[in-house]
Amino acid sequence: MVTDGLTKDYHLGPHTVHALRGVSVEIERGAFIAVMGPSGSGKSTFMNLLGCLDTPTRGRYLLDDDDVAGLSRDTLARIRSAKIGFVFQQFNLLPRTSALDNVTLPLLYARIPARERRTRARERLAQVGLADREHHHPSQLSGGQQQRVAIARALVNDPAVVLADEPTGNLDTRTSMEILALLQRLNEAGLTIVLVTHEPDIAMHAGRTLTFRDGRLLRDDPVSSPRDAAAQLALLEEEVVA
Amino acid sequence: MNVWQSARIAVRALRVNKLRSALTMLGIIIGVGAVIVTVGVGAGAQARVAEQIESLGSNLIILMSGSVTSSGVRLGQGTQLTISEDDAAAIAREVPAVQVAAPSVRGTAQVVYGNLNWATTIQGVTADYVEARDWPLVTGRPIGPEDVEGATKIALLGQTTVLNLFGDADPLGQIIRIQKVPFTVIGMLHRKGQSSRGWDQDDVILIPLSTAKKKVLGASQASPRAVNTISIKIRPGADMAEAEAQTRTLLRQRHRLQPHQDDDFSLRNLTEVLQTQERASQVMTYLLAAIASVSLVVGGIGIMNIMLVSVTERTREIGLRMAVGARGRDILLQFLVEAVTLSLLGGVVGIALGLAGSRAITYFVDWRTVVAPEAIALAFAFAAAVGIFFGFYPARKAARLDPIEALGYE
Repeated sequence: MVTDGLTKDYHLGPHTVHALRGVSVEIERGAFIAVMGPSGSGKSTFMNLLGCLDTPTRGRYLLDDDDVAGLSRDTLARIRSAKIGFVFQQFNLLPRTSALDNVTLPLLYARIPARERRTRARERLAQVGLADREHHHPSQLSGGQQQRVAIARALVNDPAVVLADEPTGNLDTRTSMEILALLQRLNEAGLTIVLVTHEPDIAMHAGRTLTFRDGRLLRDDPVSSPRDAAAQLALLEEEVVA
Repeated sequence: MNVWQSARIAVRALRVNKLRSALTMLGIIIGVGAVIVTVGVGAGAQARVAEQIESLGSNLIILMSGSVTSSGVRLGQGTQLTISEDDAAAIAREVPAVQVAAPSVRGTAQVVYGNLNWATTIQGVTADYVEARDWPLVTGRPIGPEDVEGATKIALLGQTTVLNLFGDADPLGQIIRIQKVPFTVIGMLHRKGQSSRGWDQDDVILIPLSTAKKKVLGASQASPRAVNTISIKIRPGADMAEAEAQTRTLLRQRHRLQPHQDDDFSLRNLTEVLQTQERASQVMTYLLAAIASVSLVVGGIGIMNIMLVSVTERTREIGLRMAVGARGRDILLQFLVEAVTLSLLGGVVGIALGLAGSRAITYFVDWRTVVAPEAIALAFAFAAAVGIFFGFYPARKAARLDPIEALGYE
């Protein structure tokens, strides 16, 4: 993924808001990136552009060498369907719908046959450790389990990148570690992840941090030694036992 | 995503809010039900009129004695008999479109069989009468020309008369007494039902015209060949209006009426009267159906209202679906199918209710109702159209949502 001078202006009545003022970044395949910055820094706009939910006012965005700028809504939807997985702070699972059906949802729009949809969704649920919960509704699952269903849903399309917007924002420390451990494991298996967070602790689990301020990329730092969420989780377990 | 998948999603969404879905459908249910019932009642009324036309005998013109002026006093219609058997013969002979012209006299008499008695209408008729009236026999033989010539004492009985004098017994060959004169029953007439004016056409006895005049009803000294009525049957395919005009001209000539004088007879084309009635009931049906379909439209507005609420409530869901790859048209289809599912389910329940309502009306009020399959198909199609029409705006609203705003919607 390459962005080149990515710029986004919003028009609110007579005012023009410069949400993003020329951001150029290169994200290689298999990276684990944390995007940081205070609210209003432009990180959300950056994520929306990366997620093909919006198109830039100026600049280029190459996703797998295809320029996304200036495409129609329907084409963007197809790109999201094929290449991008989303994980949200609010989980955004469909209520009164089983975990399995929630995970199959992206495949529905990708026109995958029903039998294959179920097989692939079951695989993904197993991958996030919820094979035995496929018929549970979101209301019957804990927060961490719901977020894992959401991650399974993001993975089911075999996307080029998973965009996680504050995925641990609604979770306690222990559950947050579980989710981070899961993301790290997926990243080690080759998945590209872009994670938005405002907590430096969380960002330290990524391999590289991008810090935004006032619509500009302020810093681009590699993380010398990323923290290992699984190890921290084990430590927490020991505390409980002790 | 195809329509079938959308329908399954729609049914699931509607099941989540069962009460709300049911209340939304109520408008459509009532609308469709009302249309089915009103059209059913209207079609029933039309079928009845059509049957009456049938029972009258098709292509029938009734000629009756008209009003006459006697010494400056205008007497009412039928008070004096101005038409005669000779008129009937002349009409049959000279108006080419006429198939038969059957003269008849009518009166009321007490009829006795064994220890039962019954007051009924006596019609003195010629052999042509049953042909003119399209009135077949159930059993026995008809009145022949020789009966009229010989003034034989034979009788054909209508169904109501048979029932009142004989019950279930076989009347054929039995002797009944009309005004104390014995008659042999030679046949039984087919059921003809109510006339357009509501009297029972089966409460009747037919006897030869000559016998009626000589033995039962009597005939005036002044005009022994006078009759009450001449039933004129027009040949199939012939022009009724033209035949009527020719008959009128002929009678005016025969009665030597001056141009300034009124007809002393009246010609009635009953088929025409009934056809007018049929048209009137048709117009009434359309009118009622139009009023009933207003509630269908109101039901459609209800659907639109609920769908708009639903789109607002499910903004986040729409945003999520878009984020995971739904295109605008997928969302449009989903909400449109949901609206159409509501209206079609309402339509099905409404049709069931309409059928039940039609049955109930037939059962309790004794009105005939005819619910044609076409009416059901039309109501169903109309319900679907209402769903599409009123579902489109909310669905398009959903499809045009911006995924970022929709996802951030609280």
